[in-house]
Amino acid sequence: MLLRHTPQVITERKALTINPAKTCQPIGAMYASLGIKGCLPHSHGSQGCCAYHRSTLTRHYKEPISAATSSFTEGASVFGGQANLLQAINNIFTVYEPEAIAVHTTCLSETIGDDLPQIFNKAIKEKKVPPGKTLLGAPTPSYVGSHVTGFSNMVKAMAGLAENTGTRNGKINILPGWVEPSDMEEIKRIAALMGVKISIYPDTSGVLNTPLTGKYNMFPDGGTSIAEIRDSGNASGTLALGEWCSADGARLLDTQCKVPCSILDIPVGLKATDRFIDALRTVAGTSVPDEIATERGRLVDLISDMHQYFYGKKVALVGDPDQLISMTEFLVSIDMLPVHIITGTPGKKFEKRIQEITAELNCEVNVKAKGDMFLLHQWIKNEPVDLIIGNSYCKYIARDEDIPFVRWGFPILDRQGHQYFPSIGYMGGLRLLEKILNCLLDRKERDDTEEKFELVL
Amino acid sequence: MRKVAIYGKGGIGKSTTTQNTVAGLAELGRKVMVVGCDPKADSTRLLLGGLAQKSVLDTLREEGEDVELDDIRKQSFGGSWSVESGGPEPGVGCAGRGIITSINMLESLGAYDESEGLDYAFYDVLGDVVCGGFAMPIRDGKAEEIYIVCSGEMMAMYAANNICKGIMKYAQSGGVRLGGLICNSRNVDNEKEMIEELAKKLGTQMIYFVPRDNDVQRAEINRKTVIEWNGECGQANEYRGLAKAIDENKMFVIPTPLEIEELEQLLLDFGLLEA
Repeated sequence: MLLRHTPQVITERKALTINPAKTCQPIGAMYASLGIKGCLPHSHGSQGCCAYHRSTLTRHYKEPISAATSSFTEGASVFGGQANLLQAINNIFTVYEPEAIAVHTTCLSETIGDDLPQIFNKAIKEKKVPPGKTLLGAPTPSYVGSHVTGFSNMVKAMAGLAENTGTRNGKINILPGWVEPSDMEEIKRIAALMGVKISIYPDTSGVLNTPLTGKYNMFPDGGTSIAEIRDSGNASGTLALGEWCSADGARLLDTQCKVPCSILDIPVGLKATDRFIDALRTVAGTSVPDEIATERGRLVDLISDMHQYFYGKKVALVGDPDQLISMTEFLVSIDMLPVHIITGTPGKKFEKRIQEITAELNCEVNVKAKGDMFLLHQWIKNEPVDLIIGNSYCKYIARDEDIPFVRWGFPILDRQGHQYFPSIGYMGGLRLLEKILNCLLDRKERDDTEEKFELVL
Repeated sequence: MRKVAIYGKGGIGKSTTTQNTVAGLAELGRKVMVVGCDPKADSTRLLLGGLAQKSVLDTLREEGEDVELDDIRKQSFGGSWSVESGGPEPGVGCAGRGIITSINMLESLGAYDESEGLDYAFYDVLGDVVCGGFAMPIRDGKAEEIYIVCSGEMMAMYAANNICKGIMKYAQSGGVRLGGLICNSRNVDNEKEMIEELAKKLGTQMIYFVPRDNDVQRAEINRKTVIEWNGECGQANEYRGLAKAIDENKMFVIPTPLEIEELEQLLLDFGLLEA
C-alpha cells in the first residue's frame, strides 16, 4: 500500500498539489521540436532542466534524445543568458550541423527576462547562423500551464515560420497535436488513402520509433522539413487536432498567412475519427475509400460483439485535455461510464466540454482541470471504478485499490508499444478496445468462481 | 559587528550620506566595510576617490567561481573597505539575483569573519526594493539596523513609509530593526518638525538632520567625502555628528507604517503651519 496515507474524506486544497497530473512546459516543446527534420532542441536555462526533460522523453520512447542547453551559471542568471545562447548557437551549428535549432526557454530565463527574438537577431547579425539554417524559439516557463502548453507554444513557433508566397500549394496542413510517432504515421496513411496531400507538423515518426540498425544517427530521416513548414503558409486549409495542442498554431497560420483553419478533436475513438475523416473528405472533395470504411466496420463489429463486457463499467481517466475529451466521448459511445476524469493542465473549457459529453449518463461524473492524482485516488475511494486508464503514474493507485489498469497517454515508462502501434483512427480504436477488453477479461477470470469460469467469452 | 543597511527613495542621497557617515565613523577609529548594492556600482566612489572598483559580479563573470576576497574589496578612506556588488546593464538579466549572489559570495569568502575585525558593515541599497533580491541585505542574519534617508518632500516620505512596510515584514520574523530616519534636507518648510513627527508616528526617531550645503557637491566633484575634502567645514561636522549619533544609537524598533491618508494629513498639517 504505497499510497496508504491517502484519506477517503476529501478536504478542500488551494495551495497544495499532491502527485501532479502534469509536467514541465519544455518537455512538450522538446517533443514537438523533435518532429522537425534535422532539428536540435535547445533548452535555454540551467543544465538540470535539459537533463530532466531529455531523460523523461528517453524513458517514454526508449530512444536517445539529443538536446543542447545554455548551461546557465550564477553569472548567466545575473547578467542574462544572451552570451551563453550566442555561444551555443555558434557551437551547435559548427559541431553538430543541424538544419535548425529550436530553442525553448525555462523558468529561469523567462523570469530574468531573456528575449529570444532579440538574441536570435543578434546571432544572425553576427553571422553565427549559416545560410539556409533556421532558428526558432518558444517561451516555455513551467510555472504557467503544463507540458501541453509547451507543446502548443512550440507548434505555434513552427507555424510562425510559415510564409504566404501568393501561390497555393494544393495541400492541407494537419497539426496532429501531442500524439505518438505511430499516430502521426497513421494520420499520413489515412490521408494518403483519402487522396489528400498534406503537410503535417510536428511529425516524430521516423525520429522516435526508428529501427535498430547498428548505426547511430543524431538526426534521423524523419520529421517535417523546414522548407515544408515554411510552405504551409501556402496551404488551402489547416486541420488542427486538439484545441489545447494545436489551435494556437492553426490560428497563427490563419492570421499570418490567411490559411483558414478548423479545429477538431484528436481522432481517438469512433465519433472523433468520423469527424476527422469527414473533414478530410470535405476539404479534398472526394468520397471515403472502401478501405477506410472497412476499418470503421471492424471497429463497430468489435464494439457490438463485446458490448456486454463494456456496458456499465466505470472508468477513471487521467491525461491531457485533448486526449481526454476524445477518450471520454469514445467510452461513452460504447456504454462505459467515465466517472472520474482528471487533467493537471488548467482550462475551465475542459471541464465544460467533459460535462457536455457525459451529460446523458445516469451517474455522477467528477471532472477537474488543474487536478492531481491524489484527488483522483480519493474520488476512487469514494466511488470505486472497474478500470483506470492513464499514464504510468496511475499504477500506484491501481495497485493499492486492486483495479485493472490500461496504460495510455504520457508518460508511459514501464510498458511498450505506444511508439509502434497507433491509438488514433479506426485502427487505433481497435487497439484501444483490445487493450481495455483484455484487461477487463483478465480480471474477470481472475475473480470468477469455479462455476462461472468459462472457456468461451 | 553592527550590520547597517541604508534605504530611501532614489536620488535622495543614500550613497552620499552613507559614504560621508562612514568617513565620520572611520575618523572615530571604527573599522567599516561598505557594500554597494546598486547595479550601477557607484556607491563607493567618494571613499575610493573615483570609480576604481571592479564589482563582485564582474569579477565572478571574468574569473569564474575562483574568486578571492582581495579581488573584490578595496581599501578606501580611513582604513575602510569598499565593495561593489555591481550587476547587469539596464534591461537585461536579473539585478536582484546579483545582490544575492554577491552577498553570499562575500560571506563564503569570509569578509564578515571575526578575524577581519570589522566594527560595521554598511549596505547601500538601490532606492526601490523592487524584488526579493533587493531585500537580501535585510534577510535574517544580515543587516540588523536600518536607517532610512528621507527629506520633507512628499514622495520621499511616501517611500520611507513604504520601506517601513517591508521592514515590518522582515522584523516580525527576524532580528532586523529600524534605527531611525536620517533627514537629508531639501530646504522644505518645517522640514525638521515634519520628519520628527513622521518618525514619531513610525515609532522611531529622526536620528539626525543633515542640512543642505553645497560643500557636499564640491566634495563630490573632487571625488571625496566632505571630511576628506575639507575636514574643517561646517558640513564635515554635521556628518561627524551623524556618525556619532549612529555609533551611540540605542533605539531599535519595529516600525508602525502609516495609512496613506494619515501621511497626507501630516503633510497638510505641516505645510499649512507656515501660513
